Amino acid sequence: MTFIGLAGIGRTVRLADGSRLEILTDINLEIERGEHIAVVGRSGSGKSTLLNVIGMLDIPTAGYYELDGQPTHEFSNRARSRLRGATFGFVFQQFNLLPRRSATENVAAPLLYASGRQVWGRRAAAREMLDRVGLGHRLDYLPERLSGGEQQRVAIARSMVRNPTVLLADEPTGALDVDTGSLVMDMLQDVVAQSATTLVTITHDLSVATRADRQFRLDHGVLSPLTAAELPSVTARREVA
Amino acid sequence: MTTLVAILAEAWSEIRVHKVRVILSLVGVFLAVFGMTSVAAAGNIGRQLVTESAERSSGRPATVSVGAFAIAQAPDNERIESALRDVVERYDIEYSSLLLEQEIVANFPAQSEFVGMRSVDADYGTMHRLLLEQGRWFTAADNDRFAPALVVSQSFMARLGGFDPNDPPTVQVGDESPVTATVIGVLAGDDYGYPMVYALSQSADRWALTGSSDFAATPTMELWIPAEQVEEISAAVRSDLMATLPGHEVYAERFDFGEDAQALDTVLDYGVRGVGYFALLLGGIGVLNVGLVVVRQRIREIGVRRSFGATSGRVFTTILLESVCATALAGALAIGCAVALVLNLPYEQILGVPIEDLPPFPLAAAIEGFLAATAIGALAGIIPAIMAVRAKVIDAIRY
Repeated sequence: MTFIGLAGIGRTVRLADGSRLEILTDINLEIERGEHIAVVGRSGSGKSTLLNVIGMLDIPTAGYYELDGQPTHEFSNRARSRLRGATFGFVFQQFNLLPRRSATENVAAPLLYASGRQVWGRRAAAREMLDRVGLGHRLDYLPERLSGGEQQRVAIARSMVRNPTVLLADEPTGALDVDTGSLVMDMLQDVVAQSATTLVTITHDLSVATRADRQFRLDHGVLSPLTAAELPSVTARREVA
Repeated sequence: MTTLVAILAEAWSEIRVHKVRVILSLVGVFLAVFGMTSVAAAGNIGRQLVTESAERSSGRPATVSVGAFAIAQAPDNERIESALRDVVERYDIEYSSLLLEQEIVANFPAQSEFVGMRSVDADYGTMHRLLLEQGRWFTAADNDRFAPALVVSQSFMARLGGFDPNDPPTVQVGDESPVTATVIGVLAGDDYGYPMVYALSQSADRWALTGSSDFAATPTMELWIPAEQVEEISAAVRSDLMATLPGHEVYAERFDFGEDAQALDTVLDYGVRGVGYFALLLGGIGVLNVGLVVVRQRIREIGVRRSFGATSGRVFTTILLESVCATALAGALAIGCAVALVLNLPYEQILGVPIEDLPPFPLAAAIEGFLAATAIGALAGIIPAIMAVRAKVIDAIRY
């Protein structure tokens, strides 16, 4: 059953000179539960905007977005925020860890927006999650003392701590070297596979995209499936890894 | 409940992480609340000092002075005293004292000299908050002594030498028929070099301590009565005395400091509070300035929190609570410091005036200071909170 359904989604912004810039045009996309899809595209193609629309951080100016069968345009801002926290986890290119908070505090932070036992047990849950991503020995480290790969693993732990249905990863390896990026992607896929989480990866790296079940290209706001010929071979991907 | 705990935990975490800027921004609030509460408390103590000092001379609230002057006839003190004592009995006044001020000769070892003498009843000490440095004040039993008992001022005692309670000093008083009196107590406080002596009025009558014939005094009666009965009793007493003492001008007037003290209260209430609130407002502007700068620096963090599911209301409340928690904490600390300071100052050494009933720290001032600090935190937090809500999440996360 379709969990995320985008039909004719458009996103236009008004520029300072009064003109309109079309960032997304007639996006049609259906994503199943537990599926892993990747969207590739050059800088400025609208990838992050698409991710923000899916994660309900941004509201489309055209089209219809259904989440688990419910039309999202009917949600109030408050309901949208709550649903976002409960449904989506975000991984950012620049990690976006909260400065001057330990790894545990960072991972526990999303649980402050949960309810009941999740709030009270947030530190224990954060420690368990950090252990799962191999950072059980870095619980009290501040972000400044962690390597880039470790920071991204903390970010992944943070995005998964509320057991989201969908993980949205925006260039998760963009700030990492090739080897570290590959290790982070391995770990990311392991974590989502264990919990059958849907994974949407935005990347400009085709070798990252090949890890997904389906791949799409976003070019000037228009989404289209990637053909097999456009993807590097599995062998080549392994060599890169 | 859980949400409130989560919001407080988040706000506290922010305060903890940004403690240096929080502390710096709160200096103004701390000083303002500290100033407000400690000055209010010191003002209470000052008021108590002034009140006690005034009550020593003019009596506690409400003290009514009752007396009569003979018109076109020689004064008859015995008749006046009898009429005044009848008044006390008639109106069942619990605390009252006759007062007759005279000058009397005291024969000190070095020389004889006139000293001031007040003939009073035992209640006078309570009514005037008289403090004794040594010995004791009169009791009713002192009327039955075989020699008159005296309570004297410091310079009187200095002329006699030291006071030994086990061997009370004696002094000969009176001009035409002097008697030997026993000093039973020495008053605290400066008498400004003018020796004074107190004697019980019955004892003074019995031993004919009548003083100088040049100093024609008439007795008055002081009544310590509830303030709300002053008008009623004064009118009744005047009426009675006019009936019993024809040919006399009678009076019954409130004599204590109580009404004047209200002016001091007004100064303390409006003056100190006004200055305190102004200082607090300046402190609040400091908190607001820092809050605005910090929110701009925290836009990315706010965007990340929105991705966690933070609603606009939650972001607003958290930023507001950060400010409120911080100023409330500063207010509480300031009140603690003010309590420690005010309750431990050696007032008697500093001011040189004894204070009998040290007033407790004014709880109302403490609560008011705390609430004012909290309110300033809320006011100073509103604008940064609005800015945080209006931040564009997409841009915040991207950059």
